[in-house]
Amino acid sequence: MTDTPKAKKEIKPTKNPMPAQDPLVRARNFSEVATGYTKEMAVDEAKRCMQCKKEPCRQGCPVEVYIPQFIKLVAEGNFPGAVAKLKEKNALPAVCGRVCPQEAQCEKYCTLGKKYEPVGIGRIERFCADWELNSGVTIPEVAPSTGFKVAVVGSGPAGLTCAADLAKLGHKVTVFEALHVAGGVLMYGIPEFRLPKAVVQAEVENLKKLGVEIEVNSVVGKFSTVDELMEEGGFDAVFIGTGAGLPYFMKIPGENLCGVYSANEFLTRTNLMKAYKFPDWDTPIKIGKKVAVLGGGNVAMDGARTALRLGADESWIVYRRSENELPARHEEVEHAHEEGVKFALLTSPVEIVADENGWVKGMKCIKYELGEPDASGRRSPVAIPGSEYVMDVDTVVVAIGQGPNPLVPRTTKGLECNKKGNIVADPATGATSKPGVYAGGDVVTGAATVILAMGAGKVGARSINEYLNSKKA
Amino acid sequence: MFKILEKEVFSPIIKLMVVEAPKVAKSCQAGQFIILRIHEEGERIPLTIADFDRERGTITIVFQEVGKTTVQLGRMEAGDYIKDFVGPLGEATHIEKLGNVLVVGGGVGVAPVHPIARALKEAGNHVIGIIGSRTKDLLFWEDKMRAACSELLVTTDDGSYVRKGFVTDVMKEVIEAKGKENIPLCIAIGPQPMMRACSNLTKEYGIKTIVSLNALMVDGTGMCGCCRVSVGGETKFVCVDGPDFDAHQVDWLELGRRGAYFRAEENKATEHHTCKCGGGK
Repeated sequence: MTDTPKAKKEIKPTKNPMPAQDPLVRARNFSEVATGYTKEMAVDEAKRCMQCKKEPCRQGCPVEVYIPQFIKLVAEGNFPGAVAKLKEKNALPAVCGRVCPQEAQCEKYCTLGKKYEPVGIGRIERFCADWELNSGVTIPEVAPSTGFKVAVVGSGPAGLTCAADLAKLGHKVTVFEALHVAGGVLMYGIPEFRLPKAVVQAEVENLKKLGVEIEVNSVVGKFSTVDELMEEGGFDAVFIGTGAGLPYFMKIPGENLCGVYSANEFLTRTNLMKAYKFPDWDTPIKIGKKVAVLGGGNVAMDGARTALRLGADESWIVYRRSENELPARHEEVEHAHEEGVKFALLTSPVEIVADENGWVKGMKCIKYELGEPDASGRRSPVAIPGSEYVMDVDTVVVAIGQGPNPLVPRTTKGLECNKKGNIVADPATGATSKPGVYAGGDVVTGAATVILAMGAGKVGARSINEYLNSKKA
Repeated sequence: MFKILEKEVFSPIIKLMVVEAPKVAKSCQAGQFIILRIHEEGERIPLTIADFDRERGTITIVFQEVGKTTVQLGRMEAGDYIKDFVGPLGEATHIEKLGNVLVVGGGVGVAPVHPIARALKEAGNHVIGIIGSRTKDLLFWEDKMRAACSELLVTTDDGSYVRKGFVTDVMKEVIEAKGKENIPLCIAIGPQPMMRACSNLTKEYGIKTIVSLNALMVDGTGMCGCCRVSVGGETKFVCVDGPDFDAHQVDWLELGRRGAYFRAEENKATEHHTCKCGGGK
């Protein structure tokens, strides 16, 4: 870089804005909302990076990407070099650049952010990954074969990251996936308009080039148990990354009426099965004119925005706290607002009301107010007596959270789980109570973020590698 | 991809396929099901395992053509490939030695009930099989059921074969003849109205009855709750908690309504398909 201290003073205070579709147009299509930086924008944004010696941004990245280094290469216009640097640590950069909450991670620690807007690290990362996907992929070097076999259960962000790292170390990795495509929540959960499925599949193909085998249509716990994989399948170690795919319901009357979906069902039909292309694709989805989505997290925002794209006249977020407490990313809430999603805050459903055919025709709600802060410092919502009213809706999507799928824990002898059904694993190593079996991602932590799951996959791979090396000795 | 090794046409709308699926065949048990998707744009549909051959690595499915996917599947031939075929899913039917067991198969339900009857007989039960269909042409596997059961009774709704009457008519005669106290268990599989009728009948006699529920499904692994049903006032997922449930605890009205939720879309899909293929060819 030729930057002089003088040049640094001229740093642009704001990030290069992300080009995006017009909100009212995009609210009715499934194309990606943000369209990505051009080369010029990426280089210009990369030049905002001050190349701090202490690299504070890196402490915010769960997969330890060499952030200043890859950004420097982008600033120099060396895109192949930048991609290679990025992929030394991150197996799914096109995904992370799109869905990581950078404001709470790398960009939170950016020095520039103390005075101005931080460097758009996620946007530059996304540019690099997309540039590579468009211009041909180079395969990172793989170590010579160690002769060890590792089974990875689940092909979500945790499993894919773990598989990539182990393959690079020379281990033979087989990923078992229950659904018919790999990717987990990246395929069935996160909508096409935030994360195009072609992008996910392109990254999965890159992993296969490392020698990772992916067996879809393989439900571990059903066709084979973890024990059988180790005893009969010849696997030396197992990583469990089965996620948090068990939908929670409110347990209020009327939840089994026609027109009530779990967010998982609603999003799986739409994203994985492409019900928005029905009847050219075979899976149907049916929504009414007024849709209520229960919950305030990212999944709820995805549900409410999906409902608009499927043709709902009104799409409501129904959440019992206020806007300040919404657990969703700020950017997602903003996008939802821009697209016309409505918010019924400090409101909670108590009953879903049926018509004579057993279909949803309304939702009885009660209003809340915020009370005193609880032990965690959050002001807890308190119901206002007598405030019940019936909300006029004909479709309800329940997005109040998910638990771990019990299939693997239930069928694996000696695998310790907590009361919620999450697998107990050492956060520093991913080791479970069962020798040779490691776990990470949502199945351990409960529903969290893509990048935390990837971080856990990385930790798991490192520990499995050490475990295998100790076996060799 | 999963190869269709054999195809048998029982009637214009009921067909059998033997599919090469060694992973499923290795561990499946009576009462479990598979989910298949025939091509890239296809939907996932559940079908109960009608038979399996562990050595050959095959699963036998029997299905009735009721809409777009099953009609398309019915047009496939031996040598063709099914894109996705996953299983075994669901819990196996609980098999124990109880004495007399009444095993009832209605319509295409004869297929899923077959491995259960066989397993019950192998466990030392006296299996009284009852199979029935609307009409003679829709009846299949009489021979296999005869082999799987200790005794077999056959009926047709229209009297075109053996006798006229519903399976419930035959059940009633058997229960009266044997004495309700001598029949500790009944297993009934078939279309929902038939299972519901069986359930109502055995409830009168106080005979414990297990049915295999056919709810709408998407993933079949417990991640969406599309197949949820109220059993004894509690919400259960048919794909992981079932498909077998105590018939007398099932909320049949809710199950029927949820099953019909996509009826309009199902018709639209069939129509759309028919126009694209030029009259169902």
